[in-house]
Amino acid sequence: MLFASYEFIGFVLVLFALYYLVPKRCQWPLLLIASYVFYFLANPWYLVFITVTSLTVYGCGLWMGKIAATQKEYLSKNKENLSKEDKKTYKNQMKQKKWRVLLLGLLFNLGILAVIKYTNFTIYNINSLLHIFGSKARIGFIDILMPMGISFYTFQALSYLIDTYRGTVEPEKNVFKFALFVSFFPQLVQGPISRFGDLSKTLYSKHKFDGKNVAFGFQRILYGYFKKLVVADRMLIAVKAIIAAPENYQGAYVFVGMIFYALELYADFTGGIDITIGIAQVLGIEVTENFRRPFFSKNIKEYWNRWHITMGTWFTEYIFYPISVCKPMLKFSKFSRKHFGDVIGKRMPVYLASFVVWFATGIWHGASWNFIVWGLGNFVVIMISQELEPLYRKFHNRFHVDGHTSYKAFCVIRTFLLMSALRTFDCYRDVPLTFRMFGTIFTNWNWHILWDGSLLSLGLSLYDYIILAVCVVILTSVSLAGRTGSVREKLLKKPYPVRFVIFYGLLVCIIIFGAYGIGFDASQFIYNQF
Amino acid sequence: MKNFLKITISLLIGIAGLFLIQRIFLPKYTKDVVEGSFIEEYYDDKPDHDVVFIGDCEVYENFSPVELWQKYGINSYIRGSAQQLIWQSYYLLEDTLKYEKPKVVVFNVLSMKYNEPQNEAYNRMSIEGMRWSMSKVNNINASMMEDEHFVEYVFPLLRYHSRWNDLTSDDFTYIFDTPHESFKGYYMRIDEKAASNVPEGPALTDYNFGENSYYYLDKITKLCKDNDIELILIKAPSLYPYWYDQWDKQMVDYAKEHDLTYINFLELTDEIGIDFEHDTYDGGLHLNLSGAIKLSDYFGQYIIDNTAVTDRRGEAELSAKWDKVIAEYNQEIENQKKEYNITD
Repeated sequence: MLFASYEFIGFVLVLFALYYLVPKRCQWPLLLIASYVFYFLANPWYLVFITVTSLTVYGCGLWMGKIAATQKEYLSKNKENLSKEDKKTYKNQMKQKKWRVLLLGLLFNLGILAVIKYTNFTIYNINSLLHIFGSKARIGFIDILMPMGISFYTFQALSYLIDTYRGTVEPEKNVFKFALFVSFFPQLVQGPISRFGDLSKTLYSKHKFDGKNVAFGFQRILYGYFKKLVVADRMLIAVKAIIAAPENYQGAYVFVGMIFYALELYADFTGGIDITIGIAQVLGIEVTENFRRPFFSKNIKEYWNRWHITMGTWFTEYIFYPISVCKPMLKFSKFSRKHFGDVIGKRMPVYLASFVVWFATGIWHGASWNFIVWGLGNFVVIMISQELEPLYRKFHNRFHVDGHTSYKAFCVIRTFLLMSALRTFDCYRDVPLTFRMFGTIFTNWNWHILWDGSLLSLGLSLYDYIILAVCVVILTSVSLAGRTGSVREKLLKKPYPVRFVIFYGLLVCIIIFGAYGIGFDASQFIYNQF
Repeated sequence: MKNFLKITISLLIGIAGLFLIQRIFLPKYTKDVVEGSFIEEYYDDKPDHDVVFIGDCEVYENFSPVELWQKYGINSYIRGSAQQLIWQSYYLLEDTLKYEKPKVVVFNVLSMKYNEPQNEAYNRMSIEGMRWSMSKVNNINASMMEDEHFVEYVFPLLRYHSRWNDLTSDDFTYIFDTPHESFKGYYMRIDEKAASNVPEGPALTDYNFGENSYYYLDKITKLCKDNDIELILIKAPSLYPYWYDQWDKQMVDYAKEHDLTYINFLELTDEIGIDFEHDTYDGGLHLNLSGAIKLSDYFGQYIIDNTAVTDRRGEAELSAKWDKVIAEYNQEIENQKKEYNITD
């Protein structure tokens, strides 16, 4: 059931009605049933995978909770009898036990993810090596079922496991409640990757019908569909045309495709997240925001603090920090300082940890080299930016450009172009081809296609381009208005007829200009596949 | 209370607005593909027909109800649409019987060759004009292609939304009412294109009609029997699509088994006097007015001679209505003469 399908809209509307009709204590069980029905309808076998992940993580969480409880009880009982040293030794022993349970949960669930997602990629690489070394032997690919949103729900479940290990969340005792945390359907498909401590605050509460909240939720859903159906799926037509025929579309076409893909991905992903958060809001549930106007970032680091925030937080919290402070890394830190001096030696462990994070980010997005190269491309740009920071500072001081509006605009455009350029790896999904096509932007000088009507060969009419231009203005305006507070709250202060015209206009706009139905490809959200 | 009123008024305005937009976006079928408007036109006619034709273009382009009336006083109507599939004919018949009970139903059997839904555009032309009833619901469910959605029949704006850059002045002129394009379901063409080199049908791997086709033919037969209506199966004299002997035999056997009349007009073209040099406008696929008049004359005589249908030209009210149709019919002949540069 695609988000952008009549079935899904019907499913959600029925759920909304039931949610506020059933007794309040039945609200979260209803959500669990709805989530499992949603997943079952996608493919009954998916339920096996998500149930296994839910049960194993739930079990490990309880186990760690039991160890923590035993520790607490033992220490309080023997408060007087134990020396400080004994307590420390005991705590370490218990920590070791918890660590083993954590490791078990992590390895098992990451193992499932790895086998499902990366087996064929591994086989592909082995085959490539065999080919390089002249062997004719080949390993056959395996047909593996890939459950929808497995990367999202696995990461969400593992965040709970690690938080339980760290003691930042209490283990959930109710297996059904935990199953709902893992499977909550609006965010199952493409995130955000919520943390148990955040989502559980409202997920299991009893919710009264709140007109304002429900209206806000619907408004957000509407805006999400606008982004997805009117903008993303319309741009997709041109992007597909460009990447499907690299021999025909080179030079300026690649540049157009690069910009369109960046905008398409933005409208697609943020649109999907708007729908997710909107649905949750109608249900009275708060889901973590995943974007904060990423295209207004002035550098790539800032961009990654504003784009797919929950994923970035996950990698920082659960990979970057643990790697940075683990024993081998501390040893490496000492070693590098000793051999390369304080300036470089201090940075090397950070860069190493960052390298791992960006490699993981790349491969999390997809089991192919283009994603890995894309991830590492981000790493390289961020490292270079950091290394050139003193130079930038000198430049800013010398020319007094810091804080200047035009310089800010330059930085925003530069970051947008840089991110869009990196995204072309995602676009063509073939590393050598991406390099080749990107190169043609500079070698194949055909910028006349921007005004001589050639762009009409990409499957979009002049009217489509006008619609897209208007939509980009709307998206930009809404983003700008959002800098100083919630746009919906601001609209709430406007007279009712004005609000009615805006949201009714949005609905009509989606219905008429949406790229859906016969003649259009029913398109999955791009992040579904991750 | 104030909030309730606000929401109610907003909803009413919203629904009315969407309805209006939907009316604008619906295809009007006033130019070129006029067949899309035929099904809906039926509801404007007084439902007391003695003969109702159901079927595809082989009925609505080959029989002229005006001729049947003028020559025999037969009050008839054609409920046909382009590539009307057999289940669509069945549900249209079911729908028709909600309004009237004709003495004779004539069904053209060409659609027996289609066992599965074929084409979304034709589905739309056949179904959208129907008034809402369980017959329409069942018709939609039986006809939908894989990529079609029921909800898009309920709210056709969801299907036609992409017409926003194809809208013409007709879409605004005919928001609520479209002009009639047929003459009691008949699509008139007076131009000529001789049938030459009509190809033989290619050999088929299986000549048996499908289970689904027979299922609905049985339903048509039963519906007529239950309502005491005489069902006549016909194969119109269109040279193409090719009508195989093996298919014909199956229809002969079916008619025999169910005690029905089956007339294959392809075998009677000489007797009827159809001249495929002059009586067709598209090389033998469909008859033009000249051919339709000949066929109607022949079949009208058969109906008068062999069924309970009688001459109703003596009914003043009915005659007056027909006179109006005949005037429009004659005017259309004159219009087409000008359009196709035809002199008498």
